[in-house]
Amino acid sequence: MKKTPLYTLHEKLGAKMGAFAGYSMPLFYPLGVMKEHAHTREAAGLFDISHMVHIEITGPEAAKMIARACPYDAASQKIGEAKYTFFLNENAGIKDDLIITRLGDERYLIVANAGCAQKDIAHVNLVADRFDVTVTVIPRGFLALQGPKAVDVLGALGFAVNEMEFMSGVEPKEGWFLSRTGYTGEDGFEIAMPEGEAADFAEKLLADDAVEAIGLGARDSLRLEAGLSLYSQDLTEEISPHEAGLLWAIPKTLREGGPFIGAESLTNRISNGRIRMRVGLVPVERTPVRAGAKLEDGEGNDIGLITSGGFGPSVNHPVALGLILVEAKEGAIFANVRGRKLEMKIEKLPFAPHNYKR
Amino acid sequence: MADIYYTDEHEWLSVEDGIATVGITNYAQEQLGDLVFVELPSVGAAIAKGDANVVVESVKAASDVFAPIAGEITAVNDALEGDPALVNSAAESNGWLYKMKVADVSELSSLMDLEAYKALIA
Repeated sequence: MKKTPLYTLHEKLGAKMGAFAGYSMPLFYPLGVMKEHAHTREAAGLFDISHMVHIEITGPEAAKMIARACPYDAASQKIGEAKYTFFLNENAGIKDDLIITRLGDERYLIVANAGCAQKDIAHVNLVADRFDVTVTVIPRGFLALQGPKAVDVLGALGFAVNEMEFMSGVEPKEGWFLSRTGYTGEDGFEIAMPEGEAADFAEKLLADDAVEAIGLGARDSLRLEAGLSLYSQDLTEEISPHEAGLLWAIPKTLREGGPFIGAESLTNRISNGRIRMRVGLVPVERTPVRAGAKLEDGEGNDIGLITSGGFGPSVNHPVALGLILVEAKEGAIFANVRGRKLEMKIEKLPFAPHNYKR
Repeated sequence: MADIYYTDEHEWLSVEDGIATVGITNYAQEQLGDLVFVELPSVGAAIAKGDANVVVESVKAASDVFAPIAGEITAVNDALEGDPALVNSAAESNGWLYKMKVADVSELSSLMDLEAYKALIA
């Protein structure tokens, strides 16, 4: 089991640890998932996300290489702009979802999911082979500070964060990266630093009364309420961005063709129409409905499945994401939970409003 | 005076006059984290030792609670419907799950006393 640079700090804080993507990660601290969740929405929550992967692409053909790997226009991306995008396979299924920030004319930073690390690094190297670029995997400490008070906490530590736009990233000092991004639906930041500086910096943040350490349990409930997808559950190699409700991340012109892997399949999958689609679902009763639960219509026909589900502490009821047949979305929907059929209602996403800085 | 027993599945039983009150231990609730839903059996249901007859759900996951002995459900803790977190705040008292009529008293002899349970979780 791998450890992040904050492992000792988690133990000191009394975290209950658990395995995630090959790392020993904090699931929750003594505060508990419910209060950690609420604290993030009301003040500022500190998350250890050091398990995520940082890959830097540098070189004269960096923009061309990114444009081959991802369905967006990397050449017209402004320096300092962060983009939500994907690696697609040849069938336009999602290999991983990513945030890519342009750091310079010939420099891009890819931030990818921990669970996809080996696959992503191999994929990037394969694509990069045909371009004049250098691929560097950067081991780093990586923290997220999320919530309405995050901006003041970082400001008090001397970071020029007030004027930063949502989905932008900068390098505040050598070896550091700071972006106004996150996975909670709240305003917030993600901050990367050399591994050896991570624990000290985390303690500095925790010294602020507004900040509490938050585990993976609340990270999941926060992102679920915000309607944000989790790779390996809501997104897989079999699911296209169209089905996942993420076509907004692909510019219109590229949906009709482009230099990226999976372009032809994407165009076909869009013009043929999607059979399945992502929906937000809320059980009529209080029983949480979890990932893997099968969905049926009123006649017991299979119409899809729950891809993520749990309890939403801020909305105070269970919430779920499902992938269902488009033709079934107007009818009755039941989830099969331990042999019982629980009625589900489609609800507009996000379940909890986004509070991004716009 | 009730006799208290513990299981290696982290349940406690308080037995008095042939009726066992069953709950999960404080250690178990610490491991599970904040509970948001508890699914209880029906009163009158006959249960076999090892049946998964209760589901406790935290924000993140659902976990089965297994019947420690055989018997018949005589009452369930209705307070948990509105306040599942009672299992977190009072696991070994007001956060009890159900009461059962003990079918075979000899099954109790295979359970642990407090000292043995403390050694298990130490």
